[in-house]
Amino acid sequence: MLVQGFLEDSSRRHPEKTALICDGLRFSYRTIDERSNRLAHALIATGVQRGDRVAICLENSAEAAISVFGILKSDATFLMINPTVKTEKLAHILNNCRAVALITHKRKLDSIQDCWRQTPHLRTVYFAGSDGKTPTDADKQFLSLDAVLASEAHSSQTSPVKNVDLDLAALMYTSGSTGVPKGVMLSHQNIVAAAASVTAYLENTPDDIILNVLPLFFGYGLYQLLMTFKCGGTVVLERSFAFPHAVLEKIAQERVTGIPMVPTIAAILLQMDLTKYDFTSLRYLTNAGAGIPVEHVQKLRKLLPRVKIFLMYGQTECIRTSYLCPDEVDRRPNSVGKAMPNCEVFIVDEQGQRLPPGAVGELVVRGANVMLGYWELPGETAKVLRPGPSPAEKVLHSGDLFKMDEEGYLYFVSRRDDIIKVRGQRVGPREIEEVLCRMPGVREAVVVGVPDPILGNAIKAVIRPVIGASLTEQAVRAYCASHLEDVMIPKQIEFRDVLPVTESGKVSRKELKAEL
Amino acid sequence: MENLAADKIGKELRQFIVENFLFGRDDSFSNEDSFIEMGVLDSTGVLELIAFLQKRYSIKMADEEIVPENLDSIQRISVFVTRKLQATG
Repeated sequence: MLVQGFLEDSSRRHPEKTALICDGLRFSYRTIDERSNRLAHALIATGVQRGDRVAICLENSAEAAISVFGILKSDATFLMINPTVKTEKLAHILNNCRAVALITHKRKLDSIQDCWRQTPHLRTVYFAGSDGKTPTDADKQFLSLDAVLASEAHSSQTSPVKNVDLDLAALMYTSGSTGVPKGVMLSHQNIVAAAASVTAYLENTPDDIILNVLPLFFGYGLYQLLMTFKCGGTVVLERSFAFPHAVLEKIAQERVTGIPMVPTIAAILLQMDLTKYDFTSLRYLTNAGAGIPVEHVQKLRKLLPRVKIFLMYGQTECIRTSYLCPDEVDRRPNSVGKAMPNCEVFIVDEQGQRLPPGAVGELVVRGANVMLGYWELPGETAKVLRPGPSPAEKVLHSGDLFKMDEEGYLYFVSRRDDIIKVRGQRVGPREIEEVLCRMPGVREAVVVGVPDPILGNAIKAVIRPVIGASLTEQAVRAYCASHLEDVMIPKQIEFRDVLPVTESGKVSRKELKAEL
Repeated sequence: MENLAADKIGKELRQFIVENFLFGRDDSFSNEDSFIEMGVLDSTGVLELIAFLQKRYSIKMADEEIVPENLDSIQRISVFVTRKLQATG
């Protein structure tokens, strides 16, 4: 089965059912399917071939959802890019995977125009929306997405596909500890397998109405769309959780049954008076992205006793690994449960030997959900995908340290690398440090995560300025804002004349972290 | 008098938004431009904005007042804050 089958099967089964509610508009399965077929035909007409990469850089919107399926229906591979990305990184990602087309918003075109001359493989740019002028560039074709989706020139029927489920469906770029984002290669089979496991334990049905405020460029957010379409349910897609009251009102309005959260959302919910909202339709809350504080789980249980809470764990490389059965949440609110259906986990020491219960080691994941590797990074891939129990297979070494109790429940201990989880999203400190070190006046910089009640972790930059340089916090933030996505901009900035160093003379992040 | 107050609030807000959400760059947006459309306000941004408004203007905001209708542009916030200040006298 291919991922677009989620949409096509549901559309065949109940074409008039509401698939998506977004920006006050309701879209039936038939509409989403027909519009994504049109996009697929348009992509093929502009030269997109099987296996080509097509990037989506959009806020959560119907266009983003249609683009995902349109790209898959053209036998191409999609990648989602954070819409707050800056030109430099956007160009890097587009070039890294040699994307041939980009789908973005018209408002964004102006700020990323420097990208055009840096991306020789990119031929076509589709833009949603109509405000702002259409750029001209000798090498690129700029096309209105709205016009393509409405045009009778492109058939609304499915185009014939050649892909099989071993083909790449998605490239998910994720922060690594090396400072360069890595493209996680997910095949159709990976996504179909993960979606089958997750929807099985969540017991999703066509009656489910999922309220998704998580960004679609974030794996956990993207999966809400894919899994709900697989089950024939309805996604209420919100741009963000910026206005919680307006979002919570939607629960009663749309009779929402499931809400995926990251710990930041739980923290915001608990600051509000939840007794004012009608949660009677709500069947479950899920948490993933980062661990949720036990206290928050307990408070949510008390406030919403009828609602099941699923504590889950996973990473982009395998989408999802484990979940805690909601019946266990009062007994072990600090556990992320056991491996999900059709997935196996074990804990190993540094030599790869399996460890007994209680011992801390690296979590290894085995299953059809495990990625194919990192895009064109065989060295990085070999570090995490290693030979498994059967000769032909590879298992995922997660880089996360865990322990397992006697009954097989998993407890997260720490990351083995320096990845910082901000709002449940992975942030690599090296990427920020590299940007900081390019700023005039900065001699050295170290970035660490510091605990934050809402964000989980806040990014702190400790900077050693060049002697005589007059750096301000505001100038540093402004510099970061013009080179990094919003989630990566340091919240705290400190200037120091001396930074702790290791014996080899390198700045010691470990020591600094211990000190803070 | 009222317009003057709203005008002053608008200026202070612009400064706050530019410094905290735009980090000093690009202050060419209009008072009517939507923060959501501009992509400058996320969930933690809204919390910071609320903290600023409550402290600077000594107002108290209920959950149901934290909605785009009141907060999604400089113009909307100015109107909202002015109304709150009048209500509290």
